[in-house]
Amino acid sequence: MSDLITPELFDHLVSLAALELDADEAEYLRGQLNNQLKVIQELREIPIPEDVQPAAHGVPFPPQISPKPRTDSWIPYQQPEEILAQAPQVEDRYIVVPDIPHTELE
Amino acid sequence: MTMDLCGFSAYEISALIHRREISAVEVLEAALRRVEAVDGRPGSIEPGELTLEDLQKVHALINLTANRARARAETVDQMLAAGEDPGPLAGVPFTVKDIFCVRGTPSTAGSRILANFCAPYTATPVERMEAAGAVMLGKVNMDEFAFGSSCESSAFQPSPRNPWKLDRVPGGSSGGSTASVAAGEAPLSLGTDTAGSIRQPAAFCGVVGVKPTYGRVSRYGLIAFASSLDCPGPVARNVTDAALALKMIAGPDPHDGSAAVLPVPDYLAALEESIRGMRIGLSPDYFRITYPDPQTGELLQLPLPAEIEQVVRQAAEIYAGLGAEIVEDVPMPNNRHGIPTYFVISRVEAASNLHRYDGVKYGYRTPVQTADLGEMYRKSRAWGFGKEPKLRILMGMYVSAAQYSQQYYERALRVRTLIRRDFEQVFDPDGKYRLDALLTPTTPTTAFAFNAVYGNSVLMQYADQLTVAANHAGTPGISLPAGLDRQGLPLAIQLLGADFCEAKLFQIGRAYEMATAGEDWRKAQPAALQPNS
Repeated sequence: MSDLITPELFDHLVSLAALELDADEAEYLRGQLNNQLKVIQELREIPIPEDVQPAAHGVPFPPQISPKPRTDSWIPYQQPEEILAQAPQVEDRYIVVPDIPHTELE
Repeated sequence: MTMDLCGFSAYEISALIHRREISAVEVLEAALRRVEAVDGRPGSIEPGELTLEDLQKVHALINLTANRARARAETVDQMLAAGEDPGPLAGVPFTVKDIFCVRGTPSTAGSRILANFCAPYTATPVERMEAAGAVMLGKVNMDEFAFGSSCESSAFQPSPRNPWKLDRVPGGSSGGSTASVAAGEAPLSLGTDTAGSIRQPAAFCGVVGVKPTYGRVSRYGLIAFASSLDCPGPVARNVTDAALALKMIAGPDPHDGSAAVLPVPDYLAALEESIRGMRIGLSPDYFRITYPDPQTGELLQLPLPAEIEQVVRQAAEIYAGLGAEIVEDVPMPNNRHGIPTYFVISRVEAASNLHRYDGVKYGYRTPVQTADLGEMYRKSRAWGFGKEPKLRILMGMYVSAAQYSQQYYERALRVRTLIRRDFEQVFDPDGKYRLDALLTPTTPTTAFAFNAVYGNSVLMQYADQLTVAANHAGTPGISLPAGLDRQGLPLAIQLLGADFCEAKLFQIGRAYEMATAGEDWRKAQPAALQPNS
């Protein structure tokens, strides 16, 4: 079977994934993706009856065991400085990032 | 006191401490001495070369929190001195997979991208262990973001080694948890299981590992991998301790909308009651394995290795001898689709969960001056993530892309329904099989050597082929030590049950433990604990 993930498609996925790869890493990862896809193809062969719906998770969560939605109330966090202290760059309690690319709409 | 406190189980330690025959501080000091003797240097993102000494140590821990533990142990002793009850796990040391946030400690998920992250809050299961009086010894190593079955993918090296044979992996992703418990550093650990990540390393390390029902244990404070599959659970050296720990951590949590609102039964109440009349199933679908040929990638169907099959058959005989009814030829035809289905679902969810690591709010940000935000994301993620997270993100992107989603992701979700139906049918109390538990092997092999599988992501994923179906189904499972193979490596059996039937699995597991209590292999000690190892 020829590679489903061509170098061009792979580069597109890398950009969607917000990654940068060196050549060796790219070769290894593309090879592994194609190997995994050979296994995944098995899914196409499985006969699935029409009535079989997708399962978002295995265990059904009927209302009697599901938590009730909580009230939508604001609970202030007690130590916001601790949260901010985790940010790589902060000025005047604002988290600073490099320029955000943008396009002017016509 | 000369007794080996590290060999005691959690319930024994708690009883001794409650009777004030020993103190929590003494127990902790014994655990710290054990760590000092067997664990070696902790995993680090700048490890340098591995030394010969490194190869002789367990390396379960990333971060030993000794001072924090001493303060906790002193509190337990003070409470007892004041006539207060510190809780059912008073003074019991435990380790925590580094995927649980614990306030004020680094919580890394085994990744460079979180190496500098210090959690501002504590995960509910850890908080509940501590509320029950247990003393956290430290955070243990794991596969990066739980993506693996050997711990070799951790960014923190040296990665854990199997205490039974130090040239073997401990399994994964909760391999630090199972190695620390097998090496006697703590009688309990908390891990997580997404495809087998508690049960598989428990099998490799000769300890008990429990994957509870999805929704049984809160995931608040857990670093997410695959949100429709992730389950926190306990690792222990015996069933009683595992039952005790699950009882402490399970139950509803206002912080987690996926934690079921169901009371937690007393898992210890009927633990040693007879299993006479229970129906225990054997399925031919768990006695053959798929082996991806490393050269050709072809998926070969092979019988289970003889030694592994033998312990499962022997367990069935033991159960029959205890009065259980063994039900043969139970069909689990969709079991073999578990891995392909998992390759899709877990990758989509992982890619989604890993998108939050972007160098903005916490974690690693590239020190390189970047032209714009996009470049900052790419450079931060390029250095921060290892190969396995990159691989999972890329696959998740591909199989959920608009043009491929129907053929892969949606199809995988429908196959999950088929897998779930297998379990529903065999546990249906009005059905043909009416099982109380399904008895299976936990793993297709015993612990493999370092670098034997790592690097081949397909082969590594198939290490979970006998555990993953229960994650798709959401149903509970427990792995129990069942002997040693010819090489002295642990063998294991697995019990799978119906939703929220953990009490039954503990009871059936304990019955096996009692029936095999006198066997020679139960007296064997891991190599890491033997002098001159």
